[in-house]
Amino acid sequence: MITAGIDSGAKNVKAVIMKDGRVVGKAMAPAGLDTKAAAENVYNEALKAAGAEKKDVRKVFATGVGRKSCDCAQGEVTEADADAKGIRFVMPNVRTVIDVGAEEGRAVRINQHGDVVDFAINEKCAAGAGAFVEAMARALETEVEKMGDLYDRSTKEIDMNAQCAVFAESELVSLIHSQTAKADIARAVLNAIGDRIVSMMRRVGVEKDVAAIGGMALNGGFIKAIERELNITIGVPADPQYVSAIGAAIAAAEQRMEV
Amino acid sequence: MADGKKEFWRWPESRWANPEIDWKKGKLITAGIDVGSVSAQGVIMVDGELYCYGNMRTGSSSPDSAINVFNKATEGTGLALRDVHFTVGTGYGRVNVPFGNRAITEIACHAKGANWMYGPAVRTVLDMGGQDCKAIKIDDKGKVVAFLMNDKCAAGTGRGMEVFADLLGVPIEDVGDMSLSVAEEPPPVSSTCVIFAKSEAGALLRAGWPKEKVLAAYCSAMAHRVLSLLEKVNVEREFAITGGIAKNQGVVKRLTKELGFEACEAKWHNQSYADKGFPFDTQIAGAIGAALFGKALAEKGSR
Repeated sequence: MITAGIDSGAKNVKAVIMKDGRVVGKAMAPAGLDTKAAAENVYNEALKAAGAEKKDVRKVFATGVGRKSCDCAQGEVTEADADAKGIRFVMPNVRTVIDVGAEEGRAVRINQHGDVVDFAINEKCAAGAGAFVEAMARALETEVEKMGDLYDRSTKEIDMNAQCAVFAESELVSLIHSQTAKADIARAVLNAIGDRIVSMMRRVGVEKDVAAIGGMALNGGFIKAIERELNITIGVPADPQYVSAIGAAIAAAEQRMEV
Repeated sequence: MADGKKEFWRWPESRWANPEIDWKKGKLITAGIDVGSVSAQGVIMVDGELYCYGNMRTGSSSPDSAINVFNKATEGTGLALRDVHFTVGTGYGRVNVPFGNRAITEIACHAKGANWMYGPAVRTVLDMGGQDCKAIKIDDKGKVVAFLMNDKCAAGTGRGMEVFADLLGVPIEDVGDMSLSVAEEPPPVSSTCVIFAKSEAGALLRAGWPKEKVLAAYCSAMAHRVLSLLEKVNVEREFAITGGIAKNQGVVKRLTKELGFEACEAKWHNQSYADKGFPFDTQIAGAIGAALFGKALAEKGSR
């Protein structure tokens, strides 16, 4: 049986094709202006990668902020459920998962059956989302991807006072003016977003194993900031941005079985 | 912006000196220095009369900003720091005013300043600053009765508006009027967060919205945002707005429409100041309050 999952995020749209419990194709593209077209495109790309055709697919499920605009999907699943189903598939021992994307951050606690026990979500404030790090990277004249390396090179822990991304940008500029090392600033930035996510994790309760998914999971500094704060180890699966889409594809398969 | 790009957020700085006063004949000269996170104001009062003021952007150093704004206010008057009997610092950088005799919170200073500028009938002051927004309830003496403040989030602050001016390439002083030129009021921008509102605005522009419509949607969102602060503090008339956003009619008109009553006109309560057409700057309320506190403290101490 072939099913597909599409995760329509604020910045990127991801699609995954699953066949009999295995991922056989995936694709990702920027959401751009037309999320509808983007979803259609990544779905086709993923099909191509899987060597499959639309008619082979039993069911397509969508998740993510733009899930309503995925015309190719016949069903949808909430982000928290998609996270839970996806992480259970890639890392079955995980009980707490954080999913930090461009404009959203989530902490989801799941039980041994993969059911969502509790979750917290921030979609209102950039300070707890990837957009914060992007804005700070821009102000630091570097790239988000390099922030992790900068974090590792930092020798001094400094605090940022501002929580708001807009205010933090001005604070960052004055830190640069006062000759603060770029690496130390990058670390302060990643510590700051780490703190926001940690407070969401504490709200839902941190139970081991803990994993991180979403685009920010690729940022080693961000992961380390949370690990240090909570004194835990966080697992990051391969291709962490696709985990929600996998969850959606699994939801599509499960629904098939129930019918 | 080193690339020579026009800085649309950069609002005009101002200064003014009262031509009718000879400070050398004054008995008590006091200064109020309000060092905010975005702007700094300096006010000099001679025997309780407004002598001069300056209003400028702050740099990265509060002590430098305090000195610069004092110099701006007193430019060409011959008045120097040593001539000032008492200086009160206020605002975010109040403890970093090198020549300050005392630091007083901006809440107290804005309350006192608004009472003096707009008159004793004012019961609610909304100060919309560069990086914060305060709703202050005051009595007829300008004393603070209650207040609420947001200094954690750029939504509803001048910084948020600066971001939008820059995004749309509209000089900040034109934003209000331009936003009022729409034929039909659009729904407000739905994101609270300025960063998210910025991407929302980008999408609206790409969907073909003209700039003025996007600005209308943002001014309306900002009015909503501060309205909730005002409601929490139980807003009462007379109602005065201070700070930089008070100059933005796009926000003021939308806010007062929702409130159901008008805000005080930006005009001196002191009839002779108004008659003589002394310029009225809504941004100097905090510094005026500080200079007034300075007068009271100097008289009490009679040093």
